[in-house]
Amino acid sequence: MITSLAFYLFASILVLSALMVITARNPVHSVLFLILGFFNAAGLFVLLGAEFIAMILVIVYVGAVAVLFLFVVMMLDISFSDLRKGAMQYVPMGLVIGAVLLLEFFTLFGAWQFAPEAMGQVSAPIAADSELTNTEALGQLVYTKYFLPFQLAGLILLVAMIGAIVLTHRQRSGVYKQRVAEQFARKREDAMEVRKVSSGSGA
Amino acid sequence: MLEVGLSHYLVLAGLLFTIGVFGIFLNRKNVIIILMSIELMLLSVNINFVAFSSFLHDMTGQVFAMFILTVAAAEAAIGLAILVVFFRNRGSIAVEDISELKG
Repeated sequence: MITSLAFYLFASILVLSALMVITARNPVHSVLFLILGFFNAAGLFVLLGAEFIAMILVIVYVGAVAVLFLFVVMMLDISFSDLRKGAMQYVPMGLVIGAVLLLEFFTLFGAWQFAPEAMGQVSAPIAADSELTNTEALGQLVYTKYFLPFQLAGLILLVAMIGAIVLTHRQRSGVYKQRVAEQFARKREDAMEVRKVSSGSGA
Repeated sequence: MLEVGLSHYLVLAGLLFTIGVFGIFLNRKNVIIILMSIELMLLSVNINFVAFSSFLHDMTGQVFAMFILTVAAAEAAIGLAILVVFFRNRGSIAVEDISELKG
């Protein structure tokens, strides 16, 4: 009972905030509603018993991705109202496509039932009386059976990080920087010389 | 009706995916909102994965949800980096200006 109530609460807030994300006039509000939606999705994941994914959603999505969005929205100095102009032109088409998509999803998912043999083909079963927590079970799977995909996921993140740095890094002109190698390579002869100055004539 | 089953989660994910698709049409010119719509669609896929994982008592779905999170984070980082570079060069982020990038 309480679970159903929590599900409907989280689901309705999630759908409403998703609607606000795409309709809000101010993109900062969009990002904030996105954050609210992710929190509610994390609540749904906790209801489903996937605590680790829920925490990852809060940490990675809210903590990193949404804040990155917020950072970019605030950094770019754009008149967002200009971007809205002429946007209504494609809304009827979008509504039609959305309605068709929604109809298909409802007919497909509305009365979903597993085939009887589907339950027998579970590849990594969660035992009901298992002592393992969700995180432990996930870790045992990720470091054994899915070890290579896990490493590749790390590689994807590395490539994304390097790519983002390479893309946004720029060499500024007119900025004085310390060049340590040049400082070390400097000899005494480069900097000073000894001159014989005859007395009374000046340097 | 009050008993929450798999269908509830699947319909919710379908609803979220549709909102994401509609958001791309509605904000056709604003790349930032389009990226956010893509994030919404990826979230709905994640809900599907975790719901199936939970109701089939199979851990694999959660592993793949984690991989989707990885790809989504990488995609957002690269997409926003491209956006920042583009804004630096053009002074705008309207989608129709991006067509000048070709060739």
